[in-house]
Amino acid sequence: MNGQEAGRRIVFEDVSKFYGEVLGVNRVNLSIPGGITSLVGPNGAGKTTLMNLMTGLVRPTRGRISVLGISPDEPERLFHKLGYCTQFDSFPKGLTGYQFLYSYLRLSGKPHPVADRLAGQAIERVNLAEAAHRRIAGYSKGMRQRIKLAQALCHQPSVLVLDEPLNGLDPLIRAETIALFRSLAQEGLHIVISSHVLHEVDAISDQVVLLSNGYVVAEGQIHGVREEIHEQPMQIVIRCDKPCDLASRVFQQDCVVEARIHPDGQGVLVKTRNAERFYLLLNRLAQGGINIESVAPADDDVLSVYEYLIGTEEPTK
Amino acid sequence: MSMGRLPWALWRAQIIAILRLEMKKTFITRRGLWIYFLALSPVLLYAFHSFVQLKNGQSGDLGEDTHLFAAVFQFFFLRLAIFFGCVGIFMNLFRGEVVDKSLHYYFLAPLRRELLVVGKFLSGLLAAMVLFGTSTLLQFVAVYWYLSSATVQEYFFHGHGAEHLAAYLGVTLLACVGYGSVFLAAGLLFRNPLIPAVLVLAWEAVNGFLPGLLQKLSVIFYLKSLCPVAIPEAIALDRGNPLALISVNPTPASPATAILGLLVLSLVVLALSSVQVRRMQIDYGAD
Repeated sequence: MNGQEAGRRIVFEDVSKFYGEVLGVNRVNLSIPGGITSLVGPNGAGKTTLMNLMTGLVRPTRGRISVLGISPDEPERLFHKLGYCTQFDSFPKGLTGYQFLYSYLRLSGKPHPVADRLAGQAIERVNLAEAAHRRIAGYSKGMRQRIKLAQALCHQPSVLVLDEPLNGLDPLIRAETIALFRSLAQEGLHIVISSHVLHEVDAISDQVVLLSNGYVVAEGQIHGVREEIHEQPMQIVIRCDKPCDLASRVFQQDCVVEARIHPDGQGVLVKTRNAERFYLLLNRLAQGGINIESVAPADDDVLSVYEYLIGTEEPTK
Repeated sequence: MSMGRLPWALWRAQIIAILRLEMKKTFITRRGLWIYFLALSPVLLYAFHSFVQLKNGQSGDLGEDTHLFAAVFQFFFLRLAIFFGCVGIFMNLFRGEVVDKSLHYYFLAPLRRELLVVGKFLSGLLAAMVLFGTSTLLQFVAVYWYLSSATVQEYFFHGHGAEHLAAYLGVTLLACVGYGSVFLAAGLLFRNPLIPAVLVLAWEAVNGFLPGLLQKLSVIFYLKSLCPVAIPEAIALDRGNPLALISVNPTPASPATAILGLLVLSLVVLALSSVQVRRMQIDYGAD
């Protein structure tokens, strides 16, 4: 990768991190482009370690990291471009939400009027205006989560690293926050998120990094990752008016492993080892008087990919 | 980058921002009440002494009180009050935030970590100086309070009173600088503040018996050299006083050497602390 390209990505080169004898992450090679990238894996997989490594809160035992061409060893440069919403639920004592952001911006060297304006904007953005001048110590879990998010956002960074940012948020705020992430990604930000909630990851991610026991198991766009899992036949749901007819015809094809009527009786669930060939065949099969309403992959999502690669260890579906 | 092109204005603004945040924590804390007590205890002692003198109608002896002040200043105020006060203030600058799990707030700002060391050190120094400087001033007032105003005016304006007070305030400041830098560094290396406190206390106590070069690696060596009134041998050596061992300063440094030596020692310790903070990782789980 040339320097210009590395200057637009978050790059891990053969990075390992050990906490004494305990493995954090091992031999990680990643090149994360813009958009929303989700780190997915069970507890202890290494998600937070990766985030702490890219923000310089911990140092790699081996390997090199750069964020838009900047080493995490240079916080004075890095944090002009990066905002990190950590999982740490602790704050400097006695500060209000506004002071928390304002002081952070003053630490960044912003003059009073700029710090005041940016703090106000970030508070508005996370819908905390009413509680801005109350002490953080009196905030609910969801409010604390939002003020941390505001801190990560307030200096208008190009990279946002968010460790479980949806934890503790009620459903309405959760939806608003996801919409906020989407709009930030559309503005061109790099957003790296870790989450246990797979259906949310699925809904917001442009690409995923699957981690297990400190190793990167897979990375890339979900569709691409799914295609690489050859051991598991692709599942396709075909909605049609004559599912029994279609099932019997489909089952005669040698690329089809399994065909069964969908539980709602309105379609057929097909498992195939060659999806492309199956799609071509389907056009021919459909000409025999069966009205096909829709064709969609059934396991082309984070949840399925997670189960195939990592198993059914804990994350919330 | 030349010195002229360094972003001094930005650094100054960042240090002021750190000071603003830290002052609140350093001054207003229940955990630090014992430091207030430590700083003010000699004032209470002198006030009691003056009260007893007044009550007994004694005229007192300015020379004797000056020596009493010198002894208490060296034996108690420098070696114990300021020493342990600095343990409490400076060791908590980083250590306290690791315990509270809030240090990452600074580490996530676009801020040179060296500036964080400087900012935190200055905030600790300001707190220590306000506390112990005020105490020194009040002690000076309290110890001579019972004397007649004519005696006090004579001592201050025609004798060495003002000069002594300035020197004691200077020594107090330098003690806070010296011990402050040492305990800021110790807070980065040790989890338990008692260990470095005991080690440094022992090192400072045996300082007088060390070879010349090693003596210069202690704070008390320079401070003793700067104290304006020597402890009379009558107090130090008579009656088999064990304190005599630590009051001896066989080869005192000149004032200029002492001030420069202490500042250089503190700068070296702070520079090493900066290197340590630059390498520091956030690992609250280990604490």
